[in-house]
Amino acid sequence: MLLSVKALAKSYPGADGPVPVLRHVDLAMQAGETLALTGESGSGKSTILHLVGGLDTADSGEILLDGHDMTRLDDKGRAAMRRDAVGIVFQQFNLIPSLDVAANIAFQARLAGRYDPHATQDLAEALGLTAQMAKYPEQLSGGQQQRVAIARALAVRPRIILADEPTGNLDETTAEDVLDQMLALVAGTGAALMMVTHSRGLAARMERQVHLRQGTLE
Amino acid sequence: MNVKILITFLLLPVCAVAQGFAGLGTQAEGFAMPAPAPQFDFPADHGAHPDYRIEWWYLTANMTGPDGTPYGLQWTLFRSALAPETTEGWDSPQIWFGHAAVTTPEAHFATERYARGGIGQAGVQADPFTAWIDEWQLAGTGIDRLRLTASGPDFAYDVALEAQGPLVFHGDGGYSVKSAQGQASYYYSQPFFELAGTITLPTGKVDVTGTAWLDREWSSQPLAADQTGWDWFSLSFDTGNKLMGFRLRQSDGSYYTSGTWITPDGHTTALPDGSFDAEPLATTAVAGRDIPTRWRVQVPSRDVDTIVEAVNPQSWMDLSVPYWEGPVRMVGGASGVGYLEMTGYE
Amino acid sequence: MMRTGLSALWSHWRRNPLQLFTLVAGLALATALWSGVQAVNAEARASYDAAAATLGDGQYDQLLPERGDLIAQKTFIALRRAGWLVGPVVEGRIGAPDNRVRLVGLDPLTTPSGLGPLGDAATTGLPDYLEQLPVYANAATAAKLEGLLNTPVVIDADIAPDTAITDISVAQRLLGMDVQLSRLIVAPVQPIGRPPLAEIAPDLIRRPAQGGGDVGRLTDSFHLNLTAFGLLSFAVGIFIVHGAIGLVFEQRRGMVRTLRALGMPLNRLIVLMAAELLALALLGGVVGVLLGYLIAASLLPDVAATIEGLYGAQVSGTLQLRPAWWLSGLAISVLGTGLAAAGALVGIARMPLLASAKPRAWATARGTARRLQAMGSLALLAVAGLLALAGEGLIMGFGLLGCLLIGAALLLPPVLDRVLAGAQRLATNVTAQWFWADTRQQLPGLSLALMALLLAMAANIGVSTMVSSFRLTFTGFLDQRLASELYVTTESAAQTAAFEAFVADPARETLPLLSVDTTLADLPAELYGARIGATYRENWVLLAQAPDVWTRVAEQQALIVNEQLARRAGLWVGDDLTIGTGLALPIAGIVGDYGNPIGQAIVAEPLFRDLYPEVEALSFGVRSETPQALRESLIEEFGLPAQNITDQAQIKAFSLSVFERTFTVTAALNVLTLAVAAFAIFMSLLTLATMRLPQLAPAWALGLTRRRLGQLELVRAVVLAALTALCALPLGLALAWVLLAVVNVEAFGWRLPMFLFPLDYLTLALFALVAAVIAATLPARRLARTPPSDLLKVFANER
Repeated sequence: MLLSVKALAKSYPGADGPVPVLRHVDLAMQAGETLALTGESGSGKSTILHLVGGLDTADSGEILLDGHDMTRLDDKGRAAMRRDAVGIVFQQFNLIPSLDVAANIAFQARLAGRYDPHATQDLAEALGLTAQMAKYPEQLSGGQQQRVAIARALAVRPRIILADEPTGNLDETTAEDVLDQMLALVAGTGAALMMVTHSRGLAARMERQVHLRQGTLE
Repeated sequence: MNVKILITFLLLPVCAVAQGFAGLGTQAEGFAMPAPAPQFDFPADHGAHPDYRIEWWYLTANMTGPDGTPYGLQWTLFRSALAPETTEGWDSPQIWFGHAAVTTPEAHFATERYARGGIGQAGVQADPFTAWIDEWQLAGTGIDRLRLTASGPDFAYDVALEAQGPLVFHGDGGYSVKSAQGQASYYYSQPFFELAGTITLPTGKVDVTGTAWLDREWSSQPLAADQTGWDWFSLSFDTGNKLMGFRLRQSDGSYYTSGTWITPDGHTTALPDGSFDAEPLATTAVAGRDIPTRWRVQVPSRDVDTIVEAVNPQSWMDLSVPYWEGPVRMVGGASGVGYLEMTGYE
Repeated sequence: MMRTGLSALWSHWRRNPLQLFTLVAGLALATALWSGVQAVNAEARASYDAAAATLGDGQYDQLLPERGDLIAQKTFIALRRAGWLVGPVVEGRIGAPDNRVRLVGLDPLTTPSGLGPLGDAATTGLPDYLEQLPVYANAATAAKLEGLLNTPVVIDADIAPDTAITDISVAQRLLGMDVQLSRLIVAPVQPIGRPPLAEIAPDLIRRPAQGGGDVGRLTDSFHLNLTAFGLLSFAVGIFIVHGAIGLVFEQRRGMVRTLRALGMPLNRLIVLMAAELLALALLGGVVGVLLGYLIAASLLPDVAATIEGLYGAQVSGTLQLRPAWWLSGLAISVLGTGLAAAGALVGIARMPLLASAKPRAWATARGTARRLQAMGSLALLAVAGLLALAGEGLIMGFGLLGCLLIGAALLLPPVLDRVLAGAQRLATNVTAQWFWADTRQQLPGLSLALMALLLAMAANIGVSTMVSSFRLTFTGFLDQRLASELYVTTESAAQTAAFEAFVADPARETLPLLSVDTTLADLPAELYGARIGATYRENWVLLAQAPDVWTRVAEQQALIVNEQLARRAGLWVGDDLTIGTGLALPIAGIVGDYGNPIGQAIVAEPLFRDLYPEVEALSFGVRSETPQALRESLIEEFGLPAQNITDQAQIKAFSLSVFERTFTVTAALNVLTLAVAAFAIFMSLLTLATMRLPQLAPAWALGLTRRRLGQLELVRAVVLAALTALCALPLGLALAWVLLAVVNVEAFGWRLPMFLFPLDYLTLALFALVAAVIAATLPARRLARTPPSDLLKVFANER
């Protein structure tokens, strides 16, 4: 079992007291499995992703990722998990604007001490980024930026890739291309993929779909 | 006859009244006023008249050096009273001012002095005659034989004066009317001085000889308020005749003129308003303004029609009250020399 | 429409109170430093102008009684009637014993004009004056005079403290000095052909004018320091304001576009924004003037002490709110805002209606803009170089300063960018690489604050180098010039001879101060006759010299000139100088003569006495191993009044204490300017912090802790401050060089040697780093504590 989420709950402070976002979530994923998290706006699907990725802390519950209980880790431990075990692809602002494409792709892998220039080069080629390696994020199109984010997530050889609307800012054709490439590459590495999306079409391409409504899985 | 200075000095107390300073108005009322048909008492009247507001001892001279170079000198002692009285000490209301100048064809040197009456720094004593401010002095046993000394930062003079004729009285026996409204002063002159002495210039000492003209005048309110300036001539013709004439410029552009024709023996004829005329022919840029330095002077009743020209057009008295004063010569219609004073050219 | 527009513009400030605070605070600080320094300058100048004007000291020669303290009024008249243009002064104290006021009586008709209010009375309003005979005093003194006088008191802020000036008649009456005078002021221009003083008034001695003397020039240097500081501080403040305004305008581009799209004419919008800025400028100006007043009030006691040291007890330690001063403070605030906002307003005016409204504040300014800035700064530096080589005049000196400072400030961001790029290339660790890259990315947002820091540090280095060099030089100069243990003044030629006989001793040097005002190389100058002995040979440091210089001077074959004369006349060692009546001697040495405006030449005493037999020495320096014993015997056996003997140690200690005061003021200003620069950094970091989340969030998401990010923020500030400090060192030294070797030469005619103070610079750099750390701490802590949810918001709008 790669990921086991039990009784996960999370609320955010609101004007009239805490607003519960996740009430009680149980979820499990196997290594290499792909999962789509769907739901209405505000249903809490991104929050699950953030909690699993160690980007945020849960109010209660348990998240076992690769044998580590994320809810018991401190800031430093969660940062180490993010670095070593998780690859992330978000809807926007994935990249570090001050670094060029090559450095962006290599960044997390080098942080994790797992940098392999050949593998990185192969990834860039597979994603059609070889001509862009010396460019800066602001010089790239949206599709190219997301490809760089995918390359970076894969370069670290994570146990799980967390993608939050990775194609949300892209037009339909580009979105299809990017998704195809991502799925193909993820399949090749054996990493699990948890993707948040509101698109039924995208969700259908995952092996499993779970739907979130008012903070609980249906 | 230094009108601008006169105006300045006389207007000051008036301004003070306008500003409401107590007492000055009534004190101004207290000054004596010139009256027609004066009876002069000499030598006492050569001295100061503290009960009149303004008075001066004014000497100009046309001179030549050994090489024939023309020179001019001026020496003036003014008295201005803030009140018609005199007291000892610093509190005296009598204020004294001295102006001295030397003019050469190329240069003009002028300087001034101030003093308060009552402490001995300046004054006039009638007999023996002494008029002084600081080391400047016009003095002698009588008004006919005088020695004049003065010095400035860059010039000095020391000349002896000897009168060759009598005193002459302007206007009506020394009562000189200055405007159609009747403002007047007491005014007499000694125009017959012969002069010999030395002037000291930055280039060295020069022995000079020539003629000099002393004016004595005192009053309390000699000008009308609308009179803006003054062109005053004292001319000595080679024939021995002399002419004093002035043109008072009025703010409406008209003039009030007056003059005295003096024969070589001292016989005088008053020239009433309009019978003396002076017309500017050419001007020179002096101290940032245009000043007439070439004139046509006419006295039709005496067949006088002469062109008068400044010896040095830049005879500018750059003092606290600036004006133009310097020697002139006749260059057409007649021959002779003289002095010209012009005030009120802004 | 105006109202709607205004409320829209104002809403920005409501939502960004920090920016409003930055803008107003920046303006207030700039105005405060500028107007504070100006106030100190103005107050000090007014104080000693008043002192000099009241006394007639400094400006004019004076005649004093040789014995006693009274001159008969008839002596005054005798002098005037001999052609000596002198003005009488009556002086004394009135009032309660513990509250005395110095009363000075003058005669406006004979007093040189410009000497206090009476000097001008002769030409303006004399009748009023004579009618009223008022007493002039400043407000504080007038209060003390309440009830003492029956003449009107006219308040005149320019009159020295505790001094009242009035007509001589009033003063004589109040002081009971009928027909008595205290001293006479000698008018600077005198008629020719006067007899000598001794013929008219043998019991009077003439004291030469002290104006333009050493101390007078020194205070000018002191004020030059302060003024330079004020200007630089203002520049620092304007950088802050410029930054704040630029940011605000960038952020409001969207609003401007919307307002225009909704039909607000561009012109009206510009007018509205200008009016808004004017209001803010006035607000900042008022606060700044108040702060400036506080600064000045707290510095003034030290400045007053300095000036008091230089001029005796003539200085007001209290500050007056002069309208000219606070008006100029407001004006400079408005002007500075205009300067800082002009570019932003032009940008708004030129912005196409449909331009992108995206804020560019932290956009990477790679490319044209940065190249243009670098080229502009290089052009300015080139102009500075040309001015240094070819320019002349004080204006040129300040132009050079301006070009140098602005050019260097503009060059800072490109230079830092290159340095950071290099560091990034060299870095092997990925965090370090990211750190350098991110620091580089931060530059555009921080560059104004860094420029402010650069200028503040350069000003500190420059001004403190100047002041310290000045102190070292002047201390040496004092050692040289005040070599004698005692200084003795005699009062007549007869006394001089007796004195020389009395102190004659082969083991003791007596050095007469023989001098005459003359013209050398067509310049007004002083010629000195020196009794050349061990003192000159051992103590005098020459800037340039020929072999055997003193021997040749002693043999009357050569002379020595001071630096001022040498520079102005274009002469140097080996050139001939004509003195007296056609005697030409070669220059054998150039002596540094600091604080003296006038040229000097020094010849051997016998030669001087041949040339000017009439000049008597009335001052002497006496070398003695036992100065106290000699002093006592001079007083008791020779009968010299005690006040005629000055102890050299006293003079020296006194002069040095003056410098200590100068240092206090300079140090205080140092701290203030650095504080302003630190504030700029703080504000920039705080502003950037919120905008930087998108830059930091990915790094955090990829595995850096917030704590680590916070640490790196702190390190970043330190690194940038350190790099800026490195750049500030050469700039500060260049600034010091310009002040010492260009501005000083143009202003005073002598060049100060420049000394370096590495320890001081190190301290300053540490101080700057500490300031940077303090400035960065709060933003870094805030970053370390940013809730993850805030960071996560970057990636998606949805939870």
